[in-house]
Amino acid sequence: MPLTPAAVSIADGAVEIGGRPVLRGIDLTVGVGDFLALMGANGSGKSTLVRALVGLRPLSKGEVRLFDTPLDDFGTWHRIGFVPQRATAASGVPASVWEVVAAGRLTRRRLLRPLSRVDRAAIEEALEVVGLAHRRRDAVSHLSGGQQQRVLIARALAGEPELFFLDEPTAGVDLPNQQALAGALAALKARGATVVLVAHELGPLAPLVDRAVVMRDGRLAYDGAPLRDHEVHQSWFGEPHTHHHHPASPDHQDHAPRVTSPLDPPNGRQ
Amino acid sequence: MSPDELFAAPFMQRALIAALLTGLAAPAVGTFLVQRRLALMGDGIGHVAVTGVAIGLVTNTSPLWAAVIVAIAGAVLIEVIRERGQTNGDVALALLFYGGLAGGILISGIGGSSAATLQRYLFGSLTTMSIDDVIVTMGLAAAVLALCLGLAPQLFAVAQDQEFARVAGLRVRFYNVLVAVLAAVSVTVAMRTVGLLLVSALMVVPVATAQQLTRSFRTTIAAAMVLGTVASVGGLVIAAFASYQVDAAPGPTIVLLALAGYVVAWPVGVWARRRARLRAPFLSGSAPGHEPAGEHPHQHGPGCGHLAVPHDDHVDYVHDGHRHAEHDHHYDEH
Repeated sequence: MPLTPAAVSIADGAVEIGGRPVLRGIDLTVGVGDFLALMGANGSGKSTLVRALVGLRPLSKGEVRLFDTPLDDFGTWHRIGFVPQRATAASGVPASVWEVVAAGRLTRRRLLRPLSRVDRAAIEEALEVVGLAHRRRDAVSHLSGGQQQRVLIARALAGEPELFFLDEPTAGVDLPNQQALAGALAALKARGATVVLVAHELGPLAPLVDRAVVMRDGRLAYDGAPLRDHEVHQSWFGEPHTHHHHPASPDHQDHAPRVTSPLDPPNGRQ
Repeated sequence: MSPDELFAAPFMQRALIAALLTGLAAPAVGTFLVQRRLALMGDGIGHVAVTGVAIGLVTNTSPLWAAVIVAIAGAVLIEVIRERGQTNGDVALALLFYGGLAGGILISGIGGSSAATLQRYLFGSLTTMSIDDVIVTMGLAAAVLALCLGLAPQLFAVAQDQEFARVAGLRVRFYNVLVAVLAAVSVTVAMRTVGLLLVSALMVVPVATAQQLTRSFRTTIAAAMVLGTVASVGGLVIAAFASYQVDAAPGPTIVLLALAGYVVAWPVGVWARRRARLRAPFLSGSAPGHEPAGEHPHQHGPGCGHLAVPHDDHVDYVHDGHRHAEHDHHYDEH
């Protein structure tokens, strides 16, 4: 147990999706101020774990506590910032960058009240931190994928949370945008925020990470000092080097079982 | 009847009030439906409301209230089927489409209502609104508008990203059901003007027209409400004048007028998007080493006919597929 108080913890957590165990035996405590990278191959359960931590996936066993409050009793959601895994920030109707970011302020706004000056200042600052203040009037759909990820991060920032969950913010994002992201997260870290970052590869985010947790097949396989990208995929984690950019990897671990017909060759052998 | 007498006639004034409120309320709800990619939800609810109208006609109670109740029940059912997740939104809508329409026609047939009576509700009608109907319509439309605009930040956040909204502590299911109920109420508000089978057009077409030219949600919803009002009141007036010559229901004229707006806006939107794409600044730092353009008698400048695009601290002119940047007394290839 760390000496600092826990921002989020999960004890003996298990998650089933459609009756199929996806996570099991998860024990994890993230101290206030930690910058934790949750890593692992595709389908290792790292996104599922983050979704369980914010209450989007019910646990079949165990308990999640946010700031020492059981998840079910937790009500101060403005302390949490969540950046979901999404390819785009756009929807069926045009929305400006400012409007999407302003939605993040709802955690602190009362019903039927107009935006206060404090709200506007927080939205403005969130835009500054991700470096998109000059695009605030543009439609989000006109931005590149990496810029849209930065909009999603600004949305989480606007609520001025203490604990961030980011689900693969760097997936499919080009290097300049990853660097802009790293800048935004460094600013967060400097303010003492706690960050739980799901990532397949850290890239420019690597220097920020204090602690790495590697998942494999729904369990925690490593918890300790930061790893370099290639170490995460070392064979001693029992995981071959499977990148996103390797198409049709035969050893691909997935939530869903691979059902083959009797005439197919056994899994993974060709 | 002269135009003056027409507009002075009480039935026409009632119809105008209803058209005005319909034109405001339907696109307001419709914007949230389109945002959630449920553009056809209004159609599904409209079909379900046919059953409600038929029940009201057969039992000699108010078709309006019967339609409100049945439409709300149908809308909540669509939302529940959708949320359970196994059936996607499309299929859930289709199931109710057919059930609602078939049920309505069967029930009204059993009750012996004439097809003409039911048709007034299906395609709108100028002359059949009573004072009570208008008062109920005004109350319902005002409620829809107040909730849509008052809760706009919450509804926007939920429609934009449900997962984020849930982690932000919003009661996502409540807001989803609320949008469904608001859609059901605005369908019944619009039923006397546009008619149940065409009501969805007034929820969707003004939004589609508005978003050709808008970049933000706020301007989209405002423009959709203006366009919806113009189409709704304009279509009603056209139908009223046309009825001197032919038997014109207001529903089709309103919808066609709204669609005409879209047909005008679409090419403008295509042009504006193309222009925005062309004028987006070039990536910074992408200029190569010094590479002068060949013989270049043309002098680039403002209004020279070549597209000027910002590039770092200077301007590139797009010239026959090349990017020319001025350098001393010649042009560089960028």
